[in-house]
Amino acid sequence: MSQLSVKHLLGIKYITTDDIELIFKTADSFKEVINRPIKKVPSLRDTTIVNLFFENSTRTRISFELAQKRLSADVINFSASASSVSKGETLIDTVNNILAMKVDMVVMRHPAPGAPMFLARHVDTQIINAGDGTHEHPTQALLDAYSIREKTGGVKGKKVAIIGDIRHSRVALSNIYCLKKLGAQVKLVGPPTLMPRDIEHLGVEIEYDIRKALAWCDVANVLRIQLERQDIKYFPSLREYALYYGINGNLLSELKKEIVIMHPGPINRGVEISSDAADSGHSIILDQVENGVAIRMAVMYLLSGRKN
Amino acid sequence: MKSRIILDTKPFHITVQRLCQQLIENHNDFSNSCIIGIQPRGVYLAERLVQELNTYSKKSIEYGRLDNTFYRDDFRSANKPLSPHPTDIDFLIENKNVILIDDVMFTGRTIRAAMDALLDYGRPAKVELMVLVERRFSRELPIQPDYVGLYVDSMEQEKVRVEWKENGGEDKIWIVPKKAIE
Repeated sequence: MSQLSVKHLLGIKYITTDDIELIFKTADSFKEVINRPIKKVPSLRDTTIVNLFFENSTRTRISFELAQKRLSADVINFSASASSVSKGETLIDTVNNILAMKVDMVVMRHPAPGAPMFLARHVDTQIINAGDGTHEHPTQALLDAYSIREKTGGVKGKKVAIIGDIRHSRVALSNIYCLKKLGAQVKLVGPPTLMPRDIEHLGVEIEYDIRKALAWCDVANVLRIQLERQDIKYFPSLREYALYYGINGNLLSELKKEIVIMHPGPINRGVEISSDAADSGHSIILDQVENGVAIRMAVMYLLSGRKN
Repeated sequence: MKSRIILDTKPFHITVQRLCQQLIENHNDFSNSCIIGIQPRGVYLAERLVQELNTYSKKSIEYGRLDNTFYRDDFRSANKPLSPHPTDIDFLIENKNVILIDDVMFTGRTIRAAMDALLDYGRPAKVELMVLVERRFSRELPIQPDYVGLYVDSMEQEKVRVEWKENGGEDKIWIVPKKAIE
């Protein structure tokens, strides 16, 4: 296996375990590259990539842009707020106009679930999903699993708790697919109102007690409470959420065991995780960010070199 | 066209020994020199040489492995994406004499990519190239080796394959028709 089975990276659901392993193996080499004095290789110097962001982002966007620059690709950045989208142009028209200027790959974030799949059907280019609404965020799941593999030696058989706003989280769904494909056990933790109905069909367990979940797991992936996607009140107050589902230093010191704490960012400090837990020795939050660049380099390198 | 052996185990060892002696002639105690094997197959020769050289010198020789995958010019024309190998160079190459090592020299494109990769780690004082097999009259770039184990004149439809004990082989060099490999 030295070629991805897919032309686009639309979601973890659509790729195989072999694909994930290939991305990890390639990312190992790119991690070495980004820790060198000259952090750049010429692989994609003939490629132009557009970053289409219809939704705000700091980490993912910088991470993708950095990965593209480290691969020597030419980069165009596009954000919806400063574009003709506000004049009423459709998604397909926008993308086709950009592609007419000879662009080879599109990295897209969009608030509508399924937008990248829709685009992949209608335009002729390679598409990487950088987050589509509450659906998937494949590169985040890959870098999360890669960070677990790096920290604990492997993903297979590990117990991973995904804690928080499961209902509105694309990170949660992509993580579930990715971790299950790699053979981990997954438990979802959060208030019942934030748990999607029938989610256990994906082969995960559900837990409502944070203490039990932490005692069980090797890795706790803490998600952000996505207030911007919550149209109604799902819990009485942020304080109450922090009290029942927030991770803090006391909870961790009660455990008396090694545990890995992850967070995809941005952190609401004092809500889903307290500062003492986020900055503790258990946390690999900044390693996740570093690995994000290597993973995205690997994805773009492998997609770009793929033969149809 | 049949496969044939062009260097058997015994002369193979003599050749490796000779390459070793040539390095000692030019680099003395290796105090300002280092050896870098090109991934994946140059590493076998490099490791053999380092092992041998370490028996002559008191202090161990600086040795690294270099992968040139991301620097290659056949990224799109290869049949499948090129998969990378680890690079590990845990010393500085700045102002050192670097000896690049590969198994077979053919078009020169691998070495071009390796030199580009190497220069991203610093500015060596000098770069030399050692290859076990030099396939003459097949160069596509103006690059020549400084040390050669064996000169071979072969046809383009043939491939030179080096077998190593470390790789489950027998320390032999073969010429094989290309079709047998693909």
